Amino acid sequence: MRIFDPHIHMTSRTTDDYQAMYTAGVRAVVEPSFWLGQPRTSPASFLDYFDALLGWEPFRAAQYGIAHHCTLALNPKEANDPRCTPVLDELPRYLVKDQVVAVGEIGYDSMTPAEDTALAAQLQLAADHALPALVHTPHRDKLTGLRRTLDVVRESHLPTDRVLVDHLNETTVKEAKDSGCWLGFSVYPDTKMDEERMVAILRTYGPERVLVNSAADWGRSDPLKTRKVGDLMLAEGFSEDDVDRVLWRNPVAFYGLSGRLDLDVPVTDVTHEGNSILRGPQKTEA
Amino acid sequence: MTHSRTHAHQATSVADTPGGPVTPDPHTPLTTSLTTLHRHLTARLGEAARAWLDQALDEAAAHPGTHGPISPWELRLAEAGRRCGPEHADAVRVLILHAARADTDALTRVYAQGTAAERRAVLHALPHLVSGPQALPLVEDALRTNDTRLLAAAVGPYAARHLAAHQWRHAVLKCLFTGVPVTEVAELDRRARADAELARMLGDYAAERTAAGRPVPQDLYRVLPLTDPEAGPPAPVTPPPPAADHGTSGAPHPHTAPGADGAHGKES
Repeated sequence: MRIFDPHIHMTSRTTDDYQAMYTAGVRAVVEPSFWLGQPRTSPASFLDYFDALLGWEPFRAAQYGIAHHCTLALNPKEANDPRCTPVLDELPRYLVKDQVVAVGEIGYDSMTPAEDTALAAQLQLAADHALPALVHTPHRDKLTGLRRTLDVVRESHLPTDRVLVDHLNETTVKEAKDSGCWLGFSVYPDTKMDEERMVAILRTYGPERVLVNSAADWGRSDPLKTRKVGDLMLAEGFSEDDVDRVLWRNPVAFYGLSGRLDLDVPVTDVTHEGNSILRGPQKTEA
Repeated sequence: MTHSRTHAHQATSVADTPGGPVTPDPHTPLTTSLTTLHRHLTARLGEAARAWLDQALDEAAAHPGTHGPISPWELRLAEAGRRCGPEHADAVRVLILHAARADTDALTRVYAQGTAAERRAVLHALPHLVSGPQALPLVEDALRTNDTRLLAAAVGPYAARHLAAHQWRHAVLKCLFTGVPVTEVAELDRRARADAELARMLGDYAAERTAAGRPVPQDLYRVLPLTDPEAGPPAPVTPPPPAADHGTSGAPHPHTAPGADGAHGKES
């Protein structure tokens, strides 16, 4: 089973996770820029983070045979902090980079006027840079948040078929599907979505334009949730082709809209130039 | 046709080969003259990429310098990988930097605002574009990272010419630690010759590895003889048995990547 996790915050994860993900079949990830848990207080803090997503993290992923791309943006929560919003002026020079495959995560957290402004501005940045957009939908007041999100998308210059609305659930999936957007589901141990509900949604709405992610981060989350969904799909009668479509071809198609997806892993593996991450000599089974 | 540059066909190879042999053609020789580099590249690029490169070089030559938040030639640098293929991106970027007559300030800006791939290209461009030591802070920055691609680019001809002895020795040692082949270190013979302090550091490192029951990187035995004041041309590489007092436990393990130890990891 080949797996593309279209939304995972690897900067919060250990190398053990990379190893386990590779073993489970993960060969590609997209890491959206997001809130770090601890609020930032200046644009410089964003820039160091963007640099990490464009430098160190792809290097780390490559050690484990995983292709790494990113999406960059001012996240919804920090769009409300005037100390952070100047990063919007810095985004254009980052959005031209080879590994940036979308603008994101953008969207609503608390549905404030500041979030309206940041969302509209960044949808425009996506349109200007010929990039798709990854749009987070809010956790609180979710259906209202989805409707407001779709309104802003429709008013933007970005067509809905270049927008992925994420963190959907039973209450939001139908309107999101009717909008023509791509449909993202974050499968979590406790919140958002679980494997059983995910499979039920796939049965009702089909696999078209559906992307499943672990959205794993520094909170309680599981970077192997994508695999678990694939396993349950098979157990529940979906075909291997359905699984491949949801876990590989759909994310390849969506992020491929950027024209920048390169699924070849750069050669930085241990047998080539060695590496600085695998600590201690590798145990070789004789 | 927005999918055209999505390398979907490569999905199979990445799925089948764990970090496997996806090595592109041997790199365009970045240390040769820029004329040779350009000729080499022209012979290998496809038609569309070659046309793009010609236009990018003309544009950079016509509008060098800094214009606003991002100059046209900086945009071309950023997109070089997806236009010409990642395997040619270093060479393409070096040529664009040259065409734009990038000075130390411009190179510093590109480095600071660049992806790891752009930073690597700047490091490769230094010996071609900067005659004095003023760009050393970029080399020093790269040497502080743990990214082996940047480390390998940092120990090129520019470092050989300008890096101070203490930092240069640490760079060599870091190559051994991180498994960057010492063949990447430019002018290794010249700089290592009669360097008693480097010899001491190498000996201590070998002893430390041996004491821990770990293999000594084979490359250490490639560098050590070069420190001999009488050293002639590079000797063939035949690692001697470790001069250790802990038996054979430190013998190089044929299946262990040289220096894949990361004892330096606490630097991060």
